[in-house]
Amino acid sequence: MLDDFFVRAILAGVGLALTTGPLGCFIIWRRMAYFGDTIASALLGVALSLLFELNLTLAVFVVAAVVSILLLFLQKRQALSADALLGILSHATLAIGLVMVAFMTWVRIDLIAFLFGDILAVSTTDIALIWGGGIFVLAAIAWLWRPLLAATVNPELAEAEGLQPERARLFFMLLMAVVIAIAMKIVGIMLITSLLIIPAATARRFSSTPELMAVLASLIGAVAVVGGLFGSLTYDTPSGPSIVVAALILFILSLLPAWRGRRDLQGQGS
Amino acid sequence: MLSPANTPAGMKAEPLVSLENVGIRRGGRWLVRGVDFSVSRGEIVTLIGPNGSGKSTSAKAAIGVLKPDEGRVTRIASLKVGYVPQKLAVDWTLPLSVRRLMTLTGPLPEADITAALEASGMAHMLDAQVQHLSGGEFQRALMARAIARKPDLLVLDEPVQGVDFAGEIALYELIKSIRNTTGCGILLISHDLHVVMAETDTVICLNGHVCCRGTPQAVSQSPEYVRLFGSRAAPTLAVYSHHHDHTHLPDGRVLHEDGSVTDHCHPEDGHHHDHGHAHSHAHAEAHAHAQADGDHHHGHAHAEAHAHTHTHSQSGAQSTASSGEDRHA
Repeated sequence: MLDDFFVRAILAGVGLALTTGPLGCFIIWRRMAYFGDTIASALLGVALSLLFELNLTLAVFVVAAVVSILLLFLQKRQALSADALLGILSHATLAIGLVMVAFMTWVRIDLIAFLFGDILAVSTTDIALIWGGGIFVLAAIAWLWRPLLAATVNPELAEAEGLQPERARLFFMLLMAVVIAIAMKIVGIMLITSLLIIPAATARRFSSTPELMAVLASLIGAVAVVGGLFGSLTYDTPSGPSIVVAALILFILSLLPAWRGRRDLQGQGS
Repeated sequence: MLSPANTPAGMKAEPLVSLENVGIRRGGRWLVRGVDFSVSRGEIVTLIGPNGSGKSTSAKAAIGVLKPDEGRVTRIASLKVGYVPQKLAVDWTLPLSVRRLMTLTGPLPEADITAALEASGMAHMLDAQVQHLSGGEFQRALMARAIARKPDLLVLDEPVQGVDFAGEIALYELIKSIRNTTGCGILLISHDLHVVMAETDTVICLNGHVCCRGTPQAVSQSPEYVRLFGSRAAPTLAVYSHHHDHTHLPDGRVLHEDGSVTDHCHPEDGHHHDHGHAHSHAHAEAHAHAQADGDHHHGHAHAEAHAHTHTHSQSGAQSTASSGEDRHA
């Protein structure tokens, strides 16, 4: 069964979507919509891996982790808002990466591949990496859930009542770096970012608790992956963008007034 | 004049938290300096002061959210804090019901959740989303969340903000009953310079440092106060007011009542103590709360309780005035 490239693509995409669901919820709740872009623009990592002949996944993780820690440090100084800082870091790392690549005249990088990836080309090893990493990330999120959620509502409240919001936040950033390092080569930056944000935003309409929203975001992401891949097969469209379009369609469907009525009923009656 | 359930003086051996000469500095400026106070079990301490006077900062230092740049904060081991922060906005994207809010920082038995929500009059809102609550309801839900934890120390940062006058009295009644039933220590920050709870054991007025401290009971139970406002108003609202003899300028310097300007108002500078400071704090003015229109500044009468004096500390370091020493019969 795994011999079929289409089945492998579905397995890889669903594994990624299940992982990004809960992470994406925190990104939305914390109003860090640029976060995916920032860490994902670890093209710098790609350049470094080529320059020093490092493992690509490891290099991307290191760059993403450094960017996360830098972000935490800068936010602590409260000079600029999170979104402004993310914008700066995102474009700075992208530009530095591109400049470095330009110096390496012996290297030719297919930028499109890193932006959009090729989910149809995933290997069995890639699938193992995505599922192994995904299970690790989800377990860590479950372990960090309470301090992360409390700190999202109010960091000082979390701190005063004995949780460690700073530590939870650092771990969260590192988990994001893990997800991006694993998935970037396989599915591309655009698909990671989309699978972080769009399913979580879609799930909001149907959720009455944060936990339900996290689970729904994972499931909605998985549905978008399967729907997008079948769409790409049927209409012969590029696979990555098709998944994003499928996620978008689900999001638009969630905005329809019929659901709104049901959500209000849930809010009052449940 | 202690409440019945209050702990006897003998049990107050170790305060839950005590601050000694605490100063917190941000961006090269002292937010507060020379802050001394302690909160014991069963004690209500109210911090009042104008905007930017360091009330929240001092409270955050007390519970360990901010680390002091000078001085010392001592907490008893494994102090359990219940905290109601001043600003708390739950983003619309976060689906959060009152029920889920209750267990935000730790799991709780169902019975404790129900009891806390009933105590704060929010039991009927258990499944409401917090974004749909009114200001007063949200404050009550936050208070319920904090007391459901059965904390040793309850820290309430402006709990009556956005609450109308009737709701304000109800919240003060709630705070009183929390103290009386659980015996926890309460650190209360009041946004209103003129109104503090009658049950407050110690009022601490901050203006970048501790201006003065005292008990509101002496005021509210003075014959003048009771005669003017009736015995019904006295137990709920007390008033403790004075005018500040110095103003903090935008550049960080201090303008004193006599027109002079100095760099600091730190107690050790001592400047303002020579000029009317002792005078203006020597009496506590009792104001009737204008119940009809809820306006604190108009339509109230004054009753000066000259009998009441403060142990006003000249230097933060030597101030050991606990609530017991400040209390006057």
